[in-house]
Amino acid sequence: MTAVAEVVSPEKPKSITSGLDPRFKPRLYEHVGQNNSWTLEYALRHGAYEGAKKALAGTPESVQDEVKKAGLRGRGGAGFPTGVKWSFMPKEDGKPHYLVCNADESEPGTYKDRYLMEADPHQLLEGMLIGMHAIRANVGYIYIRGEYILGANRLNAAIAEARAAGILGENALGFGKSMEVHVHRGAGAYICGEETALMNSLEGLRANPRLKPPFPAQAGIFGMPSTVNNVVSIASAALIMRHGADWFSSMGTEKSKGNFLFHISGPIKRPGVYELPLGTTYREIIYTWGGGPTEPIKAFNPGGSSTPMLPFTDEILDMQADYENCAAKGTFLGTGGIILIPQNCDIVNMMYNYVRFYGHESCGKCTPCREGIGTWMNRIFQKLISGKGDPNDVKILEDLFGNIKGKSFCLLADSCIMPVQSAMKLFRDEFEYIAQHGKPMYTGYGNRWKDE
Amino acid sequence: MSFFANKQALVAEILSRYPVGRERSAVMPLLREVQNAEGFVSDARVAEIAAIIKSTPTEVKSVMSFYSTYSSSPTGKYHLQVCMTLSCALAGSDQMWDYLCETLDIGVGDVTSDGLFSVQKVECLGSCGTAPLMQVSDSGYYECLTKKRLNALLADFKARGDGSMPESDTRAPVFVQKNGDVVTQITAEGAIL
Ligand SMILES: Cc1cc2nc3c(=O)[nH]c(=O)nc-3n(C[C@H](O)[C@H](O)[C@H](O)COP(=O)(O)O)c2cc1C
Ligand code: SF4
Ligand code: FES
Repeated sequence: MTAVAEVVSPEKPKSITSGLDPRFKPRLYEHVGQNNSWTLEYALRHGAYEGAKKALAGTPESVQDEVKKAGLRGRGGAGFPTGVKWSFMPKEDGKPHYLVCNADESEPGTYKDRYLMEADPHQLLEGMLIGMHAIRANVGYIYIRGEYILGANRLNAAIAEARAAGILGENALGFGKSMEVHVHRGAGAYICGEETALMNSLEGLRANPRLKPPFPAQAGIFGMPSTVNNVVSIASAALIMRHGADWFSSMGTEKSKGNFLFHISGPIKRPGVYELPLGTTYREIIYTWGGGPTEPIKAFNPGGSSTPMLPFTDEILDMQADYENCAAKGTFLGTGGIILIPQNCDIVNMMYNYVRFYGHESCGKCTPCREGIGTWMNRIFQKLISGKGDPNDVKILEDLFGNIKGKSFCLLADSCIMPVQSAMKLFRDEFEYIAQHGKPMYTGYGNRWKDE
Repeated sequence: MSFFANKQALVAEILSRYPVGRERSAVMPLLREVQNAEGFVSDARVAEIAAIIKSTPTEVKSVMSFYSTYSSSPTGKYHLQVCMTLSCALAGSDQMWDYLCETLDIGVGDVTSDGLFSVQKVECLGSCGTAPLMQVSDSGYYECLTKKRLNALLADFKARGDGSMPESDTRAPVFVQKNGDVVTQITAEGAIL
């Protein structure tokens, strides 16, 4: 099944790159679906906070080093090494530092953080303690999207339990340090996932992104050194401290290490979140775990709507999912949220859905994004879909791509252009067909709602 | 009548989450309290919040208008927010939306004459594995909605008539992998394997 050969040195055991490998054991989602998994009593019975105790017994640098050694890269989409990010924080500046957990999870196709927070809030809190120690912070915020109500409630309950048990508070875990974690609920805005916009939102401002530099490690929330990490990055740090860097790096490919939460939406037999080692093939993820598509598929976004589409070919399906292989194909591993694109749905209609999304979520700060996506691209797509397009519209769209991508204030604009551009590259015939004939090449986007 | 006057402990707890002098950070949690209690945030409440966070009503309004889940006009007791993004669209959210508007005979910004329902289109709710779905008020998600399930839900809401939510599981299972096996998992109160 796996076409990509692995380099195996004789003395080192072969690394784990399949969920079928008997050595692989899900850990991030180990307790998801278990009764009362969200209570402190359950969590303590299953080893919670042992990793935090190890971390707090050592220096911040020793924690950074362990996480660096593990090879953990940020799971929020960009894949920046977590330990390295922590080492950017100043040392003896006398200022308060903050750890911010990015639980905004609004990238279309992405739903991995949610179940982790609902089912295992103590795993995230343990990771917060570890991260806070590593960056010398006494306060951490979990910025959770406003719609995740059960998640916020479970986190708040877990925080209250942890405080009562002395895990958080003035003398956290008995190490003589004050450590507090607060939940801050968002209110429905995709841009709040962008780390500088998130910081503005947390400060009670409109969530427009900030200019970098200064970087968060220099001046983040409240003007103080801050680090923003995704939920799964922070939870992974807890597991690394519990089970060791070697355990983590025993999974994955040469440069992409560890367990990863792949999840699938669109027409798939078993939609779900599959914890698998990096380097698992897309075929294994989609067919072995997801049960295979329920209708013919022509492409997929590998890691959320913002990642350029890959064609649904044998070559791609046999590719090992990791940061490097995705980059080599011009896309990103992203959040791991795979969206299947059905063959018999018109690509122009589907991309209009994306364009509408990004246009709606544009914060309005800069013109290329606000007008380019919000007005121009939206109108051209509307024109094409309503059958009033002409062949020139495809050209105009291409022009717009070039004028928006790389020319906007933050990555939201690029996040819109990249998938749409990839769709046009793969399915240009469909764009030209609708522009010429006034009707789509495929009509399956119509009635898809089930009666029962 | 003041909303926060008899909620000083709550206000103090909210403010305590942020550093001294950073009251402004409390704007979102305060807006949320009002929105949940009253179904919208009136100008009078905006002014109250501005006073608590030592800011101006204009500033509070500018923050409020940035987000999609605060409302400046009254919503129904059951505010139905339907996800319209691609994974949901591929499961029929467009048809579900049309059906909802037709059945309730309302559009965006309206409230049904009995004050029960209002509707809103929203973007990806981060539950793409259980499409199509909607969020109801500031309560849970109602997932994998078929026409049959939606009709039953609307009937249930009508029968209650008071904004209360059904106790039964509103969520739908997704699949996870457990040591080499595919397992269905339900994340409701009392998660079931
Ligand atoms: C428009 C936009 C939306 C984003 N949304 C999220 C999000 O919902 N969750 C997240 O963790 N990161 C999101 N990010 C990435 C964050 O800016 C940041 O890189 C990430 O939280 C860092 O965490 P990590 O290093 O652990 O991956 C988004 C970025 C952009 C440009
Ligand atoms: S690119 Fe879009 S979201 Fe980003 S700052 Fe500009 S307008 Fe705002
Ligand atoms: S697309 Fe509807 S929840 Fe993600």
